[in-house]
Order: sequence, then C-alpha cells, then structure tokens
Amino acid sequence: MAGHTTEDRDHITGTATTGHEWDGIKELNTPLPRWWVNIFYATILWSFGYWVVYPSWPLVSSHLTGVIAYSSRAEVAVELDALKAKRAAQAADLGKVELAAIKSDPKLLSLAMAQGKAAFGDNCAPCHGLGGAGSKGYPNLNDDDWLWGGSLGEIHTTLQNGIRSSNDDKTRISAMPAFGRDGILKKDEVRTVANFVRALSGQPVEAGYNAAAGAKLFADNCAACHGDKGLGNKELGSPNLADAITLYGSGIEDIVETVTNARAGVMPAWNARLDAVTIKSLAVYVHSLGGGK
Amino acid sequence: MSIQNGYRSMSANEVAWAIAAVALTLLTLFIASKATDPGYAFHMYVFALAGLASVIVIAKRAAANVPVNPPQEIDGKPNYNMGPVKFATIASVFWGVAGFLVGLIIALQLAYPVLNFDFAWIQFGRLRPLHTSAVIFAFGGNVLLATSFYVVQRTCHARLAGDIAPWFVVLGYNLFIVVAGTGYLLGITQGKEYAEPEWYADLWLTIVWVAYLLVFLVTLWKRKEPHIYVANWFTLAFIVTIAVLHLGNNATIPVSIFSPKSYIVWSGVQDAMFQWWYGHNAVGFFLTAGFLAIMYYFVPKRANRPVYSYRLSIIHFWALIFLYIWAGPHHLHYTALPDWAQTLGMTFSIMLWMPSWGGMINGLMTLSGAWDKLRTDPVLRMLVVSVAFYGMSTFEGPMMSIKAVNSLSHYTDWTVGHVHSGALGWVGFVSFGAIYCLVPWLWNKKGLWSDKLVNWHFWIATLGIVLYISAMWVAGIMQGLMWRAYTSLGFLEYSFIETVDAMHPFYVIRALGGAMFVVGSLIMAFNIYKTIVSGEAEEPAKAARPALVPAE
Amino acid sequence: MSLWNKHAIFEKNSIILIIGIIVMISIGGLVEIAPLFYLRSTIEQVKGVRPYTPLELAGRHIYVREGCYNCHSQMVRPLRDEVERYGHYSLAAESMFDKPFQWGSKRTGPDLARVGGKYSDEWQLQHLVNPRTLVPQSIMPGYPFLSKNELDTADIVNHLKANRIGAVPYTDEMIANAAKDLKAQVNPEPGRGRPREALRQGAGPRFRRQPAEDLGSGCADRLSPGSGHDGRFQGLRRQSQLPLRRGAMTETYALLAGIAQQFGVVFFMAIFLGVVAYAIWPKNREKFNSAAEIPLKED
Repeated sequence: MAGHTTEDRDHITGTATTGHEWDGIKELNTPLPRWWVNIFYATILWSFGYWVVYPSWPLVSSHLTGVIAYSSRAEVAVELDALKAKRAAQAADLGKVELAAIKSDPKLLSLAMAQGKAAFGDNCAPCHGLGGAGSKGYPNLNDDDWLWGGSLGEIHTTLQNGIRSSNDDKTRISAMPAFGRDGILKKDEVRTVANFVRALSGQPVEAGYNAAAGAKLFADNCAACHGDKGLGNKELGSPNLADAITLYGSGIEDIVETVTNARAGVMPAWNARLDAVTIKSLAVYVHSLGGGK
Repeated sequence: MSIQNGYRSMSANEVAWAIAAVALTLLTLFIASKATDPGYAFHMYVFALAGLASVIVIAKRAAANVPVNPPQEIDGKPNYNMGPVKFATIASVFWGVAGFLVGLIIALQLAYPVLNFDFAWIQFGRLRPLHTSAVIFAFGGNVLLATSFYVVQRTCHARLAGDIAPWFVVLGYNLFIVVAGTGYLLGITQGKEYAEPEWYADLWLTIVWVAYLLVFLVTLWKRKEPHIYVANWFTLAFIVTIAVLHLGNNATIPVSIFSPKSYIVWSGVQDAMFQWWYGHNAVGFFLTAGFLAIMYYFVPKRANRPVYSYRLSIIHFWALIFLYIWAGPHHLHYTALPDWAQTLGMTFSIMLWMPSWGGMINGLMTLSGAWDKLRTDPVLRMLVVSVAFYGMSTFEGPMMSIKAVNSLSHYTDWTVGHVHSGALGWVGFVSFGAIYCLVPWLWNKKGLWSDKLVNWHFWIATLGIVLYISAMWVAGIMQGLMWRAYTSLGFLEYSFIETVDAMHPFYVIRALGGAMFVVGSLIMAFNIYKTIVSGEAEEPAKAARPALVPAE
Repeated sequence: MSLWNKHAIFEKNSIILIIGIIVMISIGGLVEIAPLFYLRSTIEQVKGVRPYTPLELAGRHIYVREGCYNCHSQMVRPLRDEVERYGHYSLAAESMFDKPFQWGSKRTGPDLARVGGKYSDEWQLQHLVNPRTLVPQSIMPGYPFLSKNELDTADIVNHLKANRIGAVPYTDEMIANAAKDLKAQVNPEPGRGRPREALRQGAGPRFRRQPAEDLGSGCADRLSPGSGHDGRFQGLRRQSQLPLRRGAMTETYALLAGIAQQFGVVFFMAIFLGVVAYAIWPKNREKFNSAAEIPLKED
C-alpha cells in the first residue's frame, strides 16, 4: 500500500498513516489492540463450546442436539416436578385429603391458603378484585351473601363447574326471564314490581306506587324462584332480594333494567383450566375471605 | 434546449420523471375512487397530490431555466449538491422533536392511563408505533440521508449523482414517513414491530430505496480518491442490507388493491424468525452501521485527527455485518422458536460484542492527542459521549442475549431501557453532533448561533437519559423478579396486576427523563433555527460552497 | 502486511464491495430461516389447530389494528412461573395460521395466549370499554369506540383468499360462505339467544368443533403432569373438520417447503464441500497458519 512507501506519519502518535486522505481525513495504520483480539477469540471459542453442549446447527433433516440433549421444554417439566415435590414435602398431599379435613390440619391449611391466594390473584381478582370485594355484576366474596351457597363444598362446586359456563356440562344454570323484553310484563308492571323489590329491602318507593299490585305481580312472577318473602334460593342461584346486598345495583332504574332484560352473569368453569388441587385450595381460600359458611 | 426565450424545453430526463409522476397521480386517483377504507383513500389522495406537485415543480424548473446539467465542477472544485442534504437536515430536526414528543406522550400514558382519552387515534397501541417509526425512520432516516449524501460527496470529492434523483430520494422518503405515520393513527398497520407500514407504503419505500442505492453508488463511481472511505462502506452495507431485510420481512399479499390490509406470506414461527431477523438488523444496520458511518466522518473531522486504526475498521466492519445478521433469534428466547435457533442467536450475539466495540475503540481513540478539545467543544463532547453510550449498549446487548439473563429481562422494561440507552445515547447524540456540525457547514456560517445552548442541550439530555435508563433498569429487573418470585411454600408470590401497580413510580421518573430529552431537542431546534437565519456568515474564502470560492 | 493490502480490492471496487456485503449478510439469514421451513421438528404435530373463522379473522384484524401486541404477548415461555401463571407453554403449532404472528415482545399487560374463556364474555366487553371499572390498578386504555364502530364485512372473502394464497388451508366452501359464516357466528338465528350463546354454537358446520375427546391427544405427552392440560389447550380447540396436520397443508405450502428443502440441501452441501476442500488443500496450510497470526502482528 502506498502508505508504507511514502511513510506519512502522524506527528502526535508517531503511527504511520495509510497514505490516503478523504476530505482531510486520514487513517492511522495502528495494529489491532491485543486485548480486543483476545476477547474476540475467546467469545468465538466459547461459542464453539456452547454448540457442542447445546442444540445448535441445523442440518439437512435434523439439527445438532448437543451432548447434553438440552431442551427448554424438558427443563421446565423437571422444574415443575421439583416444585410439586417441594409442596408435597411440606404437608400431606392436598389432592388426597377430604376438603373438609383441610381446615383441621394447620399445616395443610396454610399450604392451601398459600396456593389459593397465589391462584386467586391472576385468575379470580380480575373480576372479584384483589381483595375479593367484587364490583357491579361480580359478587363480593367477603360478605355472607352467596348466590349459590357459601359452604366450602358449594364454593368448591361453583369453582369447578362455573356458572352458566359454556364449556362445562355440569355448570350451575338458571335463567331469569327477561320480563320486559319478552313481553311477560308491561312497562308499568315492571316498574311496579321493581318498587316492590325496593320495598322488600326497606328502600323508599316512588310516588304513586301501588303496593298491592306490586305484591300480586311479585307473587305471580317472582316468588317461584325468589321465594314468597324474596329471600332467594341457593339451589337456583336466585339472590336474596330482602337484604341490602345487590349485584347489579339497588336503584330503581337498576332494578327496572334487571326485570326488563334479566341478568345472567357468567363464571368460567375452572376445572378446565386449573388442576384439582389448585381448585381445592382456592375453595379454602375463598371460603376464608370472610363470608364462608 | 434553447435559452433565448427565457425558458427552455424539458429535457428527456425531466420528461421521464414527469411521466412517472403523472402515472402515479392517475393510478392513485383511480385507487382512491374505489378504496374500501377512508384512511386508504386519504393516502391515495396524498400520493396523487405529491405526484401532481412533482409535475408542477419539474415544469417550473424548465420555465425558470434551471440548467439541465449543472456543472460537475466550478473552478476545479466539485460543485456539491447540498440542497437535498439541507432538506433532510431540517426534516430530521423536525421529525426528531415530533418523535420525542410522541414518546413523552406515551410514557405519560403508561403512568397516567387517563391520557389515552379513550380515543382511537391517540391511544397507546396506535401511538407507540408512531413513536418508534418517527424516531427511527423519520428522525434517524433523515439524519442518515443528510449525512450519507454529504459524506459521500465530500469523501469522493464529487457532485451527487443525478439531478432530480437525489430530491426524489429525500422527498419520496419523507412522503413515505407521512403515509406510514398517519396510517398508524388511522389504524392502518401490518402489526409487525418496526415494520408496521402496510403493503403500499412498503412498495413506495422500495422504489425510493432503490433510487437511494443508485444515487449513492453512482456518486461512489465518480470518486477522485481510488479508495472508498470507511464511512461509505458502512453506508453501503446499511443501504443494501436494509433493502434485503425490507423485502424479506414485508412479503405480503394485499386483500385487494383497493384495501390497505394485507397478510404476510409467512406465518407463525417462520414469520417470527423473519420479523426478528429484520427487527434486530434494523438495529444492526439502520441504527448501527448507518450511524457508524456518521461517526467515521464527523468524529475525525471535528477532532481534526486521523482515524485511530484502519485495520480495526476492516476487521470490525466485516465481522459486524457478518455476525449481526445471526443475532435475531435472541429476541425469541424461550419462545416456540426451536432451541437450536435460539442457541445460534445467543452465541452470535456474544461474538458480536467485540466487533461492536471495535467501532467504539475507533471512535474514542481517534481523539488521542485531542482530548483537550472535549472541554471547549460541546459538539465534539456530544459525539464522544454518543460513542461511549454505544459501547455501553453493545455490552448490555450481548449480556441480555444470554438465555439466563433474557429469561428475566424479556417482556420487561429492561429491554425498553436497553433500547433507549442505545437510541437516546448513541443514535440521538451522534445525530445531534452531526446536525450541529452540518448546519454551519451547509449554510456557510462561522459556527453555531450559540455554543452555550449546545452545552445546555448536552447536559439536560444526558441527565434525562440517565433518569430514563436507570428507571427502566429498576422497573424491568423488579418486574422480572416479581413475576418469578415464589413464596417459601412454593407458590407464585405476586399476581400480574400487582407488578403493574409497582411500576408506577418508575414510569413517572421515565416520563420525566423523556421530558428532559424533549427539552434538549427543542433547545437544539431553536439553536439551529437561529444559526440558519441569523448566524454569522463564513468569510467567502473559507466557505464550503465552491460556487463562492474564488479561483486559486 | 501483505494480507492487509489485499483488502484494497474491496476499497477500490464498489461492486466487489457490494458483493462482499451481500455474501456476508446472506449466510446468517439463510442458515437460520431456511431450516425452519424444511425441518419437520419446527412445528409440532398437533391435532385440533384450525384456521380462524371469518369472525375470528375480523377480530384478529382489530387486535392488530389497535396495536394490542405493543403491550401483550401471545407466547407462554417454558419457564416455571409462566406455565403456572398462564398455562401450558405455547407451541409453534398454535400460531401456524397467524399472519402476522403476534407473539409480542413486551408485557405491559399479561400474556393473552390462553386468555380465551378465562373470563366471561361480559367481562371482556366491559374490560375493553373501561378496564378500570373492573381492575382499578390497570393502565390499559379504554376502547369504547370499538363498541360503536360498525364491522365492515364487505370484503371478508378477500381476506380469506389472501390467507389462502399464504398457505392457510381455507376450502372453496369456506371462502364461498365467508360472509354468511361471519354473520352466523355473531348470531346464528337472529332474535333467538344471546350473542354469547351464539358464539358458543359456532359458525355452522364448516367450523364446527370436533368432539372433545379428539382434542389435544396428539400433544398429551408434551404436557407436564398436573398442569391442567384441558384448559391449557383451549387455544388448540379451534378446530375444523379438517384433520389439520402436515399432510393436510395446502399444496402451496408443500411446494414452498419442498423448494426450501431442496435448496437447503444443495446450499449446505455446496458450502460444506467448499469449506472442506479449501481447508484440506495442501497449499493452504501455511496460509492458515499465518492468517491465524494476522490480528496479533504488529505490521
């Protein structure tokens, strides 16, 4: 190269340039830094080592599998087994113990509570809230008002099969008729019965409300499911209308909307998603939230 | 081509360009009339308008008697074509400020979701691609156009090839930016990160890009120095590779010519591999090779020192372009991409570490003998700090590509922090440095309107970057650890939403850092504006414009 | 000293430089991408994956349009905590008809690969309109405008056709009935039943579900014990009457795969033979020895 014959040297570093110049820019012919080359070689060497150990180069109909036949999928299976073993080592197998017996064994109970809490956060909290307080349309799990029953067993069944769940044959099902939409009741009748329901839980009624008509409409249309006194029926999942707790609001317009179009909240069936032990633990956890019976 | 009437007839070249513009106008008007989507129709009208404007401009050229073939040299000096460079420089400042601002808005949206206003056009999902495209392709792209056209002329000692073509490249590219950006707001997107523009915008970019390659290449052929300068190797690698990546990743089948929607030819796992082969090398060639070209010209020029090592530039150039291509799968660690491909992605990322640092060494060591200039020249300081950030990011990158580290960092804000240490620190600062150099050179000014403001820009932006990336480190590592945290009994400790809740303070700090970076860029825009309109003119003898240079 | 000078060939000739660049950047891409098309282990053999129904395709288009992938992944990694949190790790087969793939790269919100059926439809609707009424800590934007926009179904046929060109095995029948199926899945018999029930019944016989026992059987052995397979594979339960395995893929795909495979074999054999020949060529030994020393030589 021209640089070596003309020997143009940089006066500060004393290094020869390549002898070329572009718009006033020259290049020094400095050798590669030794540390740089060494680390570069080291990373290449390390890569060769890694290729020998782990799955790497693709071939014509397969790929190098590496001497330890690593697979990220096999690895996670091992880790999950280890996790299971760790849990199992702390108490008797939750899966084999009767649901009711869990509470009597403190070790089992704390294990179930820990597992239930962990599962609750990602699976249940989006609807029921992190603390289980619920919101409109999504029941509060802290109170003692249960649509389908608040015993350990009932909660467990609800968790397993869900409510009006589309992918479970044993799901809890009940359907309130859409009294207004389907023309069973006229508009003013809907309003009247809504006022009756308000009165049931001791709330003020609208002016001009005919209490006798309300009682008759309720007895003819609602009592079959909600009971004569509106106390509800856990077999049918029909709510107690005489208490202060309402899922879809207790205002007159809320109740008119409920009677007109009906409500049919859905809870997914969790046995299709969570394993049996997790559901068991969840039942224990939810039962303990405050309202368990 | 008679001149006696005060105007001339159009040259064959001009006629060809005008016919192409008319054809574009007619075609897009036809499509607009039958478009299935109002946003798409709007875009077709934009194209039609651009075509029409081009015809008028070309006709006016002839009417104004602009010489058909401008002289290649005047008085023995190259008659550089700096118009397109000036345009791209100003466009880069504009898009930079706009892109950073959108970034600030989406950062605030993450901290305060009410700022989405539940309105389609400005919700996070549409603004985020607007931000990434505005900073990478609009800001970065215009910086690359400006610098590559400037550098190739100066280092080849030759006028830019073509006369209308360079303008077509610069204006056509910015048209692509406008179509792509407004498309995101209107909900026109391919849904592939950093490759969101739909098929027709991609097609247009392909045409522009081929023109870019040709202009650059033909200018290289006109060079006076027999050797091609290292900056131009990097630019050439950037142009060629981006073309290949763009074509591979955007192979789509439009639903119809009247619909903006298309479906990628590839699906699932293969599409994922194509995407990150593209995505990682958009970083590797757009944001690295292209900007290393800037470094290789502006650092030695500004420091007035020779490049540290020619040999290092050879080795790190070839190693960089060879190894970068392999690193894509590290974006897909632990996914359904086969393990063998993940291994290759990881090992090649590790091997990429030293070739990347080769660029850093060449940038930093070029200052040997001129370190004292850092105290007096804030522009040089910006350039040097950018190279330092480059070194930091290219160490962090290989580290994050190690599967064990990646299993923690992936999907978290650590990745966002890493990207921004490279984007704000390296790409941002080296671009600012280049713009600060270019503007006085292009507009024949003695210097910038205010060096003090450069200093302010430097410190505010640096502090902003530090806030940004440290907040994202903490947030990302914390979230990664929370996701995998187990209680002593062996159950997940946190639900997902609890980890979201924990991010809030860091999102606020990040937005603050981003705001500082925006303030810095506004200071720059003001300084650039003042320099152009009221900067002190360079004495004619030393002026960069050869037209003003008296014969020697 | 002499070897450094040889680089001048690239510096003096832009075409040779370009060729050098193209050769360098092609190798990595070819080696990493081509095998994904021809290696049979890339996509698992799983039953029960079917193309999207027209309504699902339209929904997916909205998912892409609104940029959901910017915050949500659809890729459960084979890591202990993710399998426990989200369900079974994602398989490549699950996204084999996804154009583009939507695995995502950031989880500002949770992974969505197995979210189908996890919450009630009412919840999803309400959550999309106003996330914070249900999840107060959420930072997701609200999408109330989605409930007001009319879904444009005019060219749904072309959407299916474009997918078919890209090797999604839509049958002629599916394409001919696309618009009808789309409406049927929204509400099979207008006036009867709530939309939720309509969804449950599917889009008519063309996309009808297979009996449950046929599902996921092909991948049972991939699942770790005790991780609740059934639900994990809700994503896989999108089936059609087509037994969609490799054999059922369209000819286009088979052709592409065939070309890739042929090309891959030829390409790698050529590279391999070239490298071997070059490496054992006696004349080259000295060259290699000195080449290894180059970077460390002073001059």
